[in-house]
Amino acid sequence: MAYHFDFSTINTNTIGILGEGMLVSLKITAVAIVVGILLGTAIALLNLSSSRILTRLAQFYVNTFRSIPLLLVLLWFFLIVPQVLQSVFGLSPAVDVRMASALVAFSMFQAAYFAEIIRAGILSIPRGQYHAALALGMTRGQMMRLIILPQALRNMLPLLLTQSIGLFQDTALVYVSAISDFFGRAYGIGERDGHIVEMLLFAGAVYFVICFSASTLVKIYQGKIAS
Amino acid sequence: MNYIWNWSVFFDEALPGVTYFDWLLSGLKLTVTIGLSAWLIGLVLGGALGVMRTLPNRLLAGLASAYVEVFRNIPLLVQLFIWYFVAPELLPGDLGTQIKAMNPFMQQFVAAVVCLGLYTASRICEQVRAGIQALPKGQQMAGLALGFTLPQTYRYVLLPVALRIIIPPLTSEFMMVFKNSAVASIIGLLELAAQGRQLVDYTAQPYESFTAVTVLYLIINMSALYVMRWIETRTRVPGFLGKH
Repeated sequence: MAYHFDFSTINTNTIGILGEGMLVSLKITAVAIVVGILLGTAIALLNLSSSRILTRLAQFYVNTFRSIPLLLVLLWFFLIVPQVLQSVFGLSPAVDVRMASALVAFSMFQAAYFAEIIRAGILSIPRGQYHAALALGMTRGQMMRLIILPQALRNMLPLLLTQSIGLFQDTALVYVSAISDFFGRAYGIGERDGHIVEMLLFAGAVYFVICFSASTLVKIYQGKIAS
Repeated sequence: MNYIWNWSVFFDEALPGVTYFDWLLSGLKLTVTIGLSAWLIGLVLGGALGVMRTLPNRLLAGLASAYVEVFRNIPLLVQLFIWYFVAPELLPGDLGTQIKAMNPFMQQFVAAVVCLGLYTASRICEQVRAGIQALPKGQQMAGLALGFTLPQTYRYVLLPVALRIIIPPLTSEFMMVFKNSAVASIIGLLELAAQGRQLVDYTAQPYESFTAVTVLYLIINMSALYVMRWIETRTRVPGFLGKH
């Protein structure tokens, strides 16, 4: 029995709702990229510091987050963040903090992955750059900020971007906490109108177009800096 | 905070004769089963696709590369929903009806394994391709010059080395497949992550429950790492020391 497709569910009305959902997905992605890179840089620097305790701490952070499923990380933060907010800031339990929990979870999870990329980037800078910076009388902080990190981040940009595309895909997992991102809304509309098949295929197609275009751009950029 | 810790909760009975610890173990078993089944599909299909991508035949190489792009650019959760909700509707003939007649657990299990297997295949494909392309071009030329056919060149010259030098990246893919299997909890499979959520609901001891699940995932990860390291040392190519 052939299936009869009916894409009438996708009309101007639902596109608006889906668009708002896409903004939610993009917002989580953007916050996690910014916080993840800042926190990830800090963790990478701790990892490369001369203090053995700090190195161990950074490695513990990275290894733990990289060993457990993102889904479990999300569940942990949906449990912890509301409790912390309530006991530290005296927030009423009635306030909806699911979005805040998701943002914290994605940021901290991504930081572990970004930290490894950035650490590799810093290590890829030739030793002469360090010696030259120190010989010029820079402090270690100035050396990192002005000489090493700008070069490292430039080298690592393609990898950071690829990782971010993966992050954008992963945001669909907020489905577990019923935050209505793009995917949650698409599925919800499909269920409401009895067109799950069409809506899921549509959602897949939208993700594909966005991620494929983005990764193609990254590849072009990568080719440019390689030549 | 006035949270009352109770680590002995795992020995309480969830149902007569069944402790919460048994629930965790059954979740662990399901996670490992899903992961290993998907890994098998991923390895066979991904290996074939990886070889296809390096073949001189444009059509085969293009097909394999299209496969990779499709599976890598759609979120795993969306793929899972498509396999679970959409595939049975679109399959030709009686196949879809037959799938819908299976018991719910089998439907979920098959969807999860197929989804994870095909997704992992796209990632393994890229590793295999990278492994083959990392070999000097002369290897293939030498194979062909010696009178090997192209399949023989792959069988006796390229693959024996390529497959061994990609074991380190395959290790992280192997660990990834178990982590990714947690999405199966969203379509209702009671694997490890889902058992954790169920434990929270039944015991009202969320911290203990999630800690136990986290520790079990760490154990899976370490075992996976250990197995792959063992294979790596057993199959190391003399003279090709790899990264170390």
